[in-house]
Amino acid sequence: MSEPPVWDVVVVGGGNAALCAAIEAAEAGATVLVLESAPRIYRGGNSRHTRNFRCMHHGPLSVLTGTYGEDEYYDDLMRVTKGETDPELARLTIRYSEACLPWMEAHGVRFQASLSGTLSLDRTNAFFLGGGKALVNAYYATAEDLGVSVRYEAEVGHVHLEDGAFQWLELTDGTRIAGRAVVLASGGFQADIDWLARAWGPAARNFLIRGTPYNRGVVLRDLLDQGAQSVGDPTQCHAVAIDGRAPKYDAGIVTRVDCVPFSVVVNRDGQRFHDEGEDVWPKRYAIWGRLVAAQPDQVAYAIIDDKARGLFMPTVFPPVEAETLEGLAQALGLPGPALRETVDAFNAACRPGSFHPTERDGLATEGIEPPKTNWARPIDTPPFRGYSLRPGVTFTYLGLRVCPRAQVQGADGPLRNVYAAGEIMAGSILGQGYLAGFGMTIGTVFGRIAGQEAATHAR
Amino acid sequence: MRDDQIVYPAGPVDEARRQLEICNACRYCEGYCDVFPALTRLTEIDNAAVTRLAGVCHNCRGCYYACQYTPPHEFELNLPAALAEVRQEGWERHARPQLLARAFHRSGLALAAALVVGLAAMFAALAALRPESGEGFYAYLSHAAMVAIFLPAFLLPLGVIGLGLRGYWREIGGGRLAWADVVRASRRAASMRNLDGGQGQGCNFEKGERYSNARRHAHQATMWGFLMCFAATSVATLMHYGLGMEAPYGPFSPPKLLGVPGGILLCIGTAGLMALKLRADPGLGASGVLSGEFGFTALLFTVSATGLALYAATGTAAVPALLALHLGAVLAFFLLMPYSKMVHGFYRFAALLADRR
Repeated sequence: MSEPPVWDVVVVGGGNAALCAAIEAAEAGATVLVLESAPRIYRGGNSRHTRNFRCMHHGPLSVLTGTYGEDEYYDDLMRVTKGETDPELARLTIRYSEACLPWMEAHGVRFQASLSGTLSLDRTNAFFLGGGKALVNAYYATAEDLGVSVRYEAEVGHVHLEDGAFQWLELTDGTRIAGRAVVLASGGFQADIDWLARAWGPAARNFLIRGTPYNRGVVLRDLLDQGAQSVGDPTQCHAVAIDGRAPKYDAGIVTRVDCVPFSVVVNRDGQRFHDEGEDVWPKRYAIWGRLVAAQPDQVAYAIIDDKARGLFMPTVFPPVEAETLEGLAQALGLPGPALRETVDAFNAACRPGSFHPTERDGLATEGIEPPKTNWARPIDTPPFRGYSLRPGVTFTYLGLRVCPRAQVQGADGPLRNVYAAGEIMAGSILGQGYLAGFGMTIGTVFGRIAGQEAATHAR
Repeated sequence: MRDDQIVYPAGPVDEARRQLEICNACRYCEGYCDVFPALTRLTEIDNAAVTRLAGVCHNCRGCYYACQYTPPHEFELNLPAALAEVRQEGWERHARPQLLARAFHRSGLALAAALVVGLAAMFAALAALRPESGEGFYAYLSHAAMVAIFLPAFLLPLGVIGLGLRGYWREIGGGRLAWADVVRASRRAASMRNLDGGQGQGCNFEKGERYSNARRHAHQATMWGFLMCFAATSVATLMHYGLGMEAPYGPFSPPKLLGVPGGILLCIGTAGLMALKLRADPGLGASGVLSGEFGFTALLFTVSATGLALYAATGTAAVPALLALHLGAVLAFFLLMPYSKMVHGFYRFAALLADRR
């Protein structure tokens, strides 16, 4: 297909939201260009690392069991965001999700039954066969079949607005591309460490970025600089505690360390700092990113003994192991006497009782601060094992304000032909906290809306 | 400790284990094939488990194209290739002598040379052993002479494979077999469920990220065609010795009803497999065996094509030459069974037997 001088719809980004928009626009008859800043092998943004889609449904739907109604879904969202959401957009997203799942299947996405160890999600979340990269591959294939053009390693540096409308955009190599409408779906800014450090403080330089290194927020910054309205706390990001040995970027899901409830967690100085047994790990893992971020050097160490073996998901790297606590301290670079003192005090505070790894068992310490309120068993059975923990950033909350038609809001009202979808606007709906599979729902719903609206505007 | 302090081991089993440990922490690929559910059931990824999982992997490549961690990502996952290397190393190590396996697995030229030797042997046999009387093929080589050549040429290689399988079965911790294991493994083998992508959409072989059932269908044509040809020979043997009915058999006799469609399927299947392999990424299989794999598939094609040609030429002057060609190819194929890609069928079935729920 020869390239038109002016594209109907230009899509900035190459992940789930961008591809949903591109497919919708192409199916509406528009000429569509997708600009993906990553090389082909790393295409797909953070969608590469996702694994499921949270979906409202009445009765069993595809791989989903039971019913997940609008109100329950909305309550789940309110619980994690503590009200930091736009109710209109949130309800729109939830309602539209039910129609999205069949649409996804019709456009090449395959689902599988809930993965082992995730049975609790089999009613609410539909898992992608092969994960998010397989979804991304399916969408690229579908988009190609629809005649969508894709350019890789095409980083957009500037989106030119004139009289409240998009005219053209410029790639970092200087190429100018004109379009009748633009969909901004280029993610958050979490891979820009300097930006993170400005927002969060210098500690952010020690954070690991769980997702793609290509989400640097260049387009988000460019739009905000031109007066677009923002949503979400600009200083905050969602961070969890991950294996401290993980690569700086792009390690995705595998670096999680699920042993915390069965461990004592100490900081660089060998001191405990938080109740490791507050609740089952899926309900607590999100707070540990912040907890570790507050420790000196933004590092912590989870220490377990042989009794904890097999109680948690396998880790990507083997633990550091030693026959004695002192040996483990040395191998981890911790002060031996301090660790010994902490563990001795912890062990002395443990009380007899029955241990149930999968539910809160009330097996709590007595007489130490901070307490461990569940699963508190002495750390006394060699070999001892340890994992270093660091904050791993999942996404940022700052984004562009949009209306229910996915239009970006400028200083003086909506920008006529500028739409946004995915992480770049998700802060409107997920203003705080985290809800598994909801990012993909926002991306799919708003990607589809943005694509339809952009095509309608362009034609 | 940073990741640059992690030492990645080098041998095929160690490298496969390194990759499987990452897979076990991810589990996104659970729906593709039997490898991943088996992985999640393990308490320890020991050598036996790695070897067993490698045996179950059919190289469908679904996991590679879905993987977040393929190179240039520093985790450097390429599980289809890693498991293929483990399988390849096992086939060569369990063969006796290993030297022959290394030669024929890795060199199509060596396979071609073996074929030439097989052909020469048959031309020589036909020239030297021409019987005074006989019907059909037996006019050119007596039944007794055929049995004297092919019975040992078939059973001895099978014995070599059997010895290798015994060692392999111990290595993967096969244990005692139950009837249910045999039923389950036979179903999996017959349907090639591990090439269907988990939902019938097929594998990611010749079309990269897109799914296709072409390889599964070509492989099924090859396997079923081969089994039908083998059944034709077996039935003919039974008819010869059990019922006193000697060849040549008519077009509607059991040997022909099995052998002709079987030969056609085998031709189509092997040709298809070669065409698909030309389009697939060689980097997702074992390294250094492409020529041996093509050579073996071409040999199987030659066996079936010459067999069909021989049947088509019945009653013409071309029969003696075609008979020598066909029997020579069959002879080379039989003798090479323990040392060529042919063994994968035996080891694959053993691994499926050992992959219990």
